[in-house]
Amino acid sequence: MNGMTKYDKGIQTPWQLAMRRFRRNRPAMLGLIVLGLVMAFCFLGPMLSPYEILQTNIRNAKKPPSTEHWLGTDVAGRDVLLRLMEGGKISLMVGIFTTLIQVIMGTLIGGVSGYYGGRIDGLLMRFTDICMSLPFMPIALILASVMSDMGIKPQHRIYYLMVIIGMLSWPQLARLIRGQVLTLREREFMLAAEALGISDSRRILRHLLPNVIPLVMVDATLSIGGSILSESAMSFLGLGVAPPYPSWGNMVDVISDLSNLRRPWIWVPPGVMIVLTVMAVYAVGNGLRDALDPKMMRQGS
Amino acid sequence: MAEALVEYKNLHTYFETDRGVVKAVNGVSFRVRERETVCVVGESGCGKSVTALSLMRLIQSPPGKIVRGEILYKGKNLLHEDEDSIRAMSGNEISMIFQEPMTSLNPVFRVGDQIAETLILHNRLSKREAHARAVELIRLVDIPRAEEIYKAYPHQLSGGMRQRIMTAMALSCSPRLLIADEPTTALDVTIQAQILELIRQMKRRLGMTVMLITHDLGVVAEMADYVVVLYGGRVMEEGPVHAIFKHPRHPYTVGLLRSKPVMGRRQDKLYAIPGQVPSLIDLPDSCYFSFRCDKCMNSCRSGFPPLVEVGREHRVACRLYTGGGGAS
Repeated sequence: MNGMTKYDKGIQTPWQLAMRRFRRNRPAMLGLIVLGLVMAFCFLGPMLSPYEILQTNIRNAKKPPSTEHWLGTDVAGRDVLLRLMEGGKISLMVGIFTTLIQVIMGTLIGGVSGYYGGRIDGLLMRFTDICMSLPFMPIALILASVMSDMGIKPQHRIYYLMVIIGMLSWPQLARLIRGQVLTLREREFMLAAEALGISDSRRILRHLLPNVIPLVMVDATLSIGGSILSESAMSFLGLGVAPPYPSWGNMVDVISDLSNLRRPWIWVPPGVMIVLTVMAVYAVGNGLRDALDPKMMRQGS
Repeated sequence: MAEALVEYKNLHTYFETDRGVVKAVNGVSFRVRERETVCVVGESGCGKSVTALSLMRLIQSPPGKIVRGEILYKGKNLLHEDEDSIRAMSGNEISMIFQEPMTSLNPVFRVGDQIAETLILHNRLSKREAHARAVELIRLVDIPRAEEIYKAYPHQLSGGMRQRIMTAMALSCSPRLLIADEPTTALDVTIQAQILELIRQMKRRLGMTVMLITHDLGVVAEMADYVVVLYGGRVMEEGPVHAIFKHPRHPYTVGLLRSKPVMGRRQDKLYAIPGQVPSLIDLPDSCYFSFRCDKCMNSCRSGFPPLVEVGREHRVACRLYTGGGGAS
């Protein structure tokens, strides 16, 4: 590669370079397409459905797929296709918002800890260690059952669920970011920025954080998948999103009544959706990781 | 003689580590006169960089701490200024070029924007003005296709180009004082010469004062008006460049000069000062160089010798010249 062709194409930003690498990554692009379709299905689909999610019809219950109900009806006679879309909406929202909470907490705590170091670092990291050593499932289950005992309305439980999952899963990201900030802080360009008289806040926001963004993006994407799984697991156990509101997790829950084993149209589709979505998210996450930092490919976690 | 722009007075900068207090700078005093180039020389770990960083107040604390002394800039003690006024001065009146051009630029910003940022900050230029001025500066440091390079990211530039960009950044606000901390160490020889020439040119054009930190005596010979030789965080010898090169007095300076290969003179073995720089943790109460010095005497083992005048503006801290004391 000689200099001329490089300049002929114009100068590419690191971002553009990364996007080009991402586009060349087949699984990642496939994942992105699947994810786009799932999103469209969940967020736009319900508008096209003639049914209501809470509308029950006992006489029409447990019917196999037909032209009226493409995926049949569930035990209470609700349209499974519509519930699949609505449930997906909830699952995806839980995934996205818990990740948002994680990213905010993780960046804040990890960033402050790494940048200021010393005693603040020690304190925050011990706190992070404590949070990290809490076993996720038991704590989540306890909190969720406390939630049911306190009589929180089913339609509000989803918000609490987001906070619970989010608050239990930020420590990993915080540690990751702290490590990154620690190394960045010692880089000469941070000293150079100080020597140019650039203020503290500007140095953190403009010079340091942009260097951390790739890491956060990758981790966040991967954690969306994890959060969807956590939500599904909790809902499956009846401690997450509560009926009559659907989520993929509590839709699968119908097979806890083994007689429903004969009616796969009720519980197979949500299971397939969970697997499909989480796989797509992971494919995109891995693609981002490879694209943003080729040196970091397939590392740890 | 021009007035002193910077005056170090008995500066002590220590670092607290687990193994003890590292006395990186241990009582350094010298002056930098206006429009002169002062070179601070010495081996690695003798306190050169810390001396420079102390002036910019860039010593990270903890573990670093300026324990004692003063650094006067235009008669004002910089160590007593508050952070805001230091920040207003850094990059503006006093600016610095760092050793590693590879890592001194932020990898996620276009180099032009990095130059412009300083201009917007200190000169209150608008974005457009800053852009125009940054392009001009890039051209000033002899980079062709300045418009294009403005948009480049650091990883797309060579080491020499990056150092030019760093220089452009340092010069962006026409500083009175430029501190260059081994600006050419990481570059190859031809680029080295270009960068030095650039600094010299800019110095002339802007009437700057330059404090150059280096371990390269070739650079010293080429650039300096005045030389300060540091060892173990103390001044061993200081004087005008001619005096230092023609009549070095301190055995350490003599050693340094002897370890430089000379063109045309074949040597089987290049001279090296025996031993190593002493650990800065437990400095002995003697001349720090005495363990490596071939002229070491008994009196060298008791107390660090004071700086004494041995010529015009030429001072040396060695028992050989303190008179009387070194008789035995």
